[in-house]
Amino acid sequence: MNRRLSGACFVSGGRIAAGLDARTAEVRENQAVSTLTGRTAIVPAPPNPRERLALVLGRAAGNVVRRLWHSGGTALPGLVAGALAPSLVERLARQPGHGVVTVTGTNGKTTTTHLLAAILRHAGVEPLTNPSGSNLERGLVTAYTASVDGRGALPGAAQRAGLFEVDEAALARLMPRLRPRIAVFLNLFRDQLDRYGEVDSVAEGWARALDVVEPPAVLVLNADDPSIAQLAEHARGGRVVTFGVDDDAAALAHAEHASDARFCTCGSRFVYAAIYMGHVGRWRCPSCGRARPAPEVSARRVTLREDGSTVEVAIGGESFTVDLPLAGLYSVYNALAATAAAHALGVPAAKIAEALAQAGPAFGRQERFEIAGERVRLLLAKNPAGLNEVLRLLTVAAPPLTVLAMLNDGVQDGQDVSWIYDADVEMIAGTGATVVCSGDRADDLALRFALAGVAPISVIAQTERALDAALARTPPGGRLDVIATYTAMMDVRAALARRAGVGAYWEAKR
Amino acid sequence: MTGASGPARVSRVIRVVTLYDDVMNVYADRGNLIALRSRAAEHGVQAEVATVSLGDAMPSEADLLLIGGGQDREQRRIAGDLAARGPRLRAWADEGVAMLAVCGGFQLFGHFYRDATGAELAGAGVFDVTTVAPGAGWPRCIGDVVATSVVPGVGEVAGFENHGGRTYLGPSARPFAMVDYGFGNNGEDGTEGAVRGEAIGTYLHGSLLPKNPALLDHLIAAALRHREGAGSEPLPPIAAPYAERAHVAAVQVARRKSRHVARSA
Repeated sequence: MNRRLSGACFVSGGRIAAGLDARTAEVRENQAVSTLTGRTAIVPAPPNPRERLALVLGRAAGNVVRRLWHSGGTALPGLVAGALAPSLVERLARQPGHGVVTVTGTNGKTTTTHLLAAILRHAGVEPLTNPSGSNLERGLVTAYTASVDGRGALPGAAQRAGLFEVDEAALARLMPRLRPRIAVFLNLFRDQLDRYGEVDSVAEGWARALDVVEPPAVLVLNADDPSIAQLAEHARGGRVVTFGVDDDAAALAHAEHASDARFCTCGSRFVYAAIYMGHVGRWRCPSCGRARPAPEVSARRVTLREDGSTVEVAIGGESFTVDLPLAGLYSVYNALAATAAAHALGVPAAKIAEALAQAGPAFGRQERFEIAGERVRLLLAKNPAGLNEVLRLLTVAAPPLTVLAMLNDGVQDGQDVSWIYDADVEMIAGTGATVVCSGDRADDLALRFALAGVAPISVIAQTERALDAALARTPPGGRLDVIATYTAMMDVRAALARRAGVGAYWEAKR
Repeated sequence: MTGASGPARVSRVIRVVTLYDDVMNVYADRGNLIALRSRAAEHGVQAEVATVSLGDAMPSEADLLLIGGGQDREQRRIAGDLAARGPRLRAWADEGVAMLAVCGGFQLFGHFYRDATGAELAGAGVFDVTTVAPGAGWPRCIGDVVATSVVPGVGEVAGFENHGGRTYLGPSARPFAMVDYGFGNNGEDGTEGAVRGEAIGTYLHGSLLPKNPALLDHLIAAALRHREGAGSEPLPPIAAPYAERAHVAAVQVARRKSRHVARSA
């Protein structure tokens, strides 16, 4: 099995103990040869004085931020160092012996990166990752400044992989500099249109970057999202690994409103054999013949439960069944994406299955807390597609539902809160859910829930007081589900972590 | 589809047409229809909704018409189909059909929209306005808005704008509102949107109608007048507590975040 799996990916150069194909097998003193692409990655010479100064100052900035402000300092070191020496991104990207993997898309970047990191570690490769949510250039440089020695060299570089979640709008600029070995594209939904402008411009930027990156990256693509699957047209002869869901039981009865790729590039309307979420499903264009490719990595049978799911995953002719400790079909997609990327890196299916079964949630994404005997689950939702999936996850749970819903309108949340009307909040009408609304735009959210027939029992902007109210309404032995936009999630997570006696995130081991 | 409070006995009906709600739906203007159904029910008014999209026949009559915003891609997709409906839409506007055209829909309810590439899309000509996207180098008009409507009884409106195109009023056009905070039609002349009869064009998302109950009631009343004629009973005042709170919150946000537009008296 191993031979078939890995043989499909590379002309096998050699193997490390865990069975992962390593192009580092051919690493000579300062040279790594990719057996996949034939390109030679040069481990950079020691940093020039400017870069060295940038590293020192960047690190110092991070220490100051952590000491004085007790913040994570996930951006400032990179901001400082990157501004002083923009070449640090290239220096970072050339060093890991297993190359660089980028993960981008509207939803699921952090969880997919988290799952892939777990798989790689299980396979004996230590990933170099950027801190959660810090997915712009400065976040990548921060990861670098925090990991290298004084001379700018990454310890154990030959056995490492760069694994970076990259903001969907930042990828086009970063890709030619990162020169990823594998580029994972998850999905493309409307999100933060006040910041990204229009959905189309994001996809156009990706296509332009793929058209010029040298050498062409291996593309790991969601077959079920037509905006993503069609990126295969920009593979330029490089390998494409697709993933998708092949289970009619997971399909929606009706198309959702928040659907962002209803029309083919040829102008015709897509038709669907099954819709799984938004515009994601088994699609084809009746006019030009474009159609969802048969996924190389597919979920054949999906059973969704309140707190997890069981998935039968097929990889070519092989298959495994995994109990995923993450709930919701969107988590299944994230697991498939991580599986497909690991498969492309040559990780055997058995290793992937073991790692997925053990992987916990990523920061703020289905994290669980216990506070004075009450169970609390934290769910990030920051756009219509994400909120729909989170609400659908709640409908799997047995009533009664207790929900704390939090809406902020910061730059990282999207300053336009209109998007809550594109989500189908009506989905939980009739479940008897007890809802508390909170956040900077608590009143907007309360109105949305009321219009959906789920009038909130209280509306409290302030996080701690809202949390008190929601916990007080949670029945003994029940669970409080906290749904929050990005900055609201950061706020409420800090409150939850403190009450549960869990450390701040930059203290937690990654 | 009932609202926060129970519906009154339904005895009155308005016929609502939504245009291209499967295409021009990117900026959450669906909230306008959600709020309309709910509020109409509170007033004892049943909203019969007909959805009209690309190639569909128009119903012979309507009392209220809604169209939302889309990106340039969606605007190109609908422009030809919409322009062909221009004569019907202009006739409806003149006979007092209430309309709400938002953002990209508003732009295409004007004479034309010239996009950032210089390509010109002919509009339906309901409003005497033209729109030009100035293209690269010009920032989009993005942010929270508070404006004071010139339409009697509507008053202060709050919403969110996100548009590249700059809209200019022609000689026969009246603005829907004057901007207090934000950009409005073009960021220059202080105007926001346009009005023709009971037809309103605006840049405001938010969604607009949920958190502007006075405007919502105004449109429902206008639709009822079209349906029932001059003897149409006015709507009784009904509290809208969630909507009022969201309105106040949105106004506060715009005052805090957006640029103030000073107006000479």
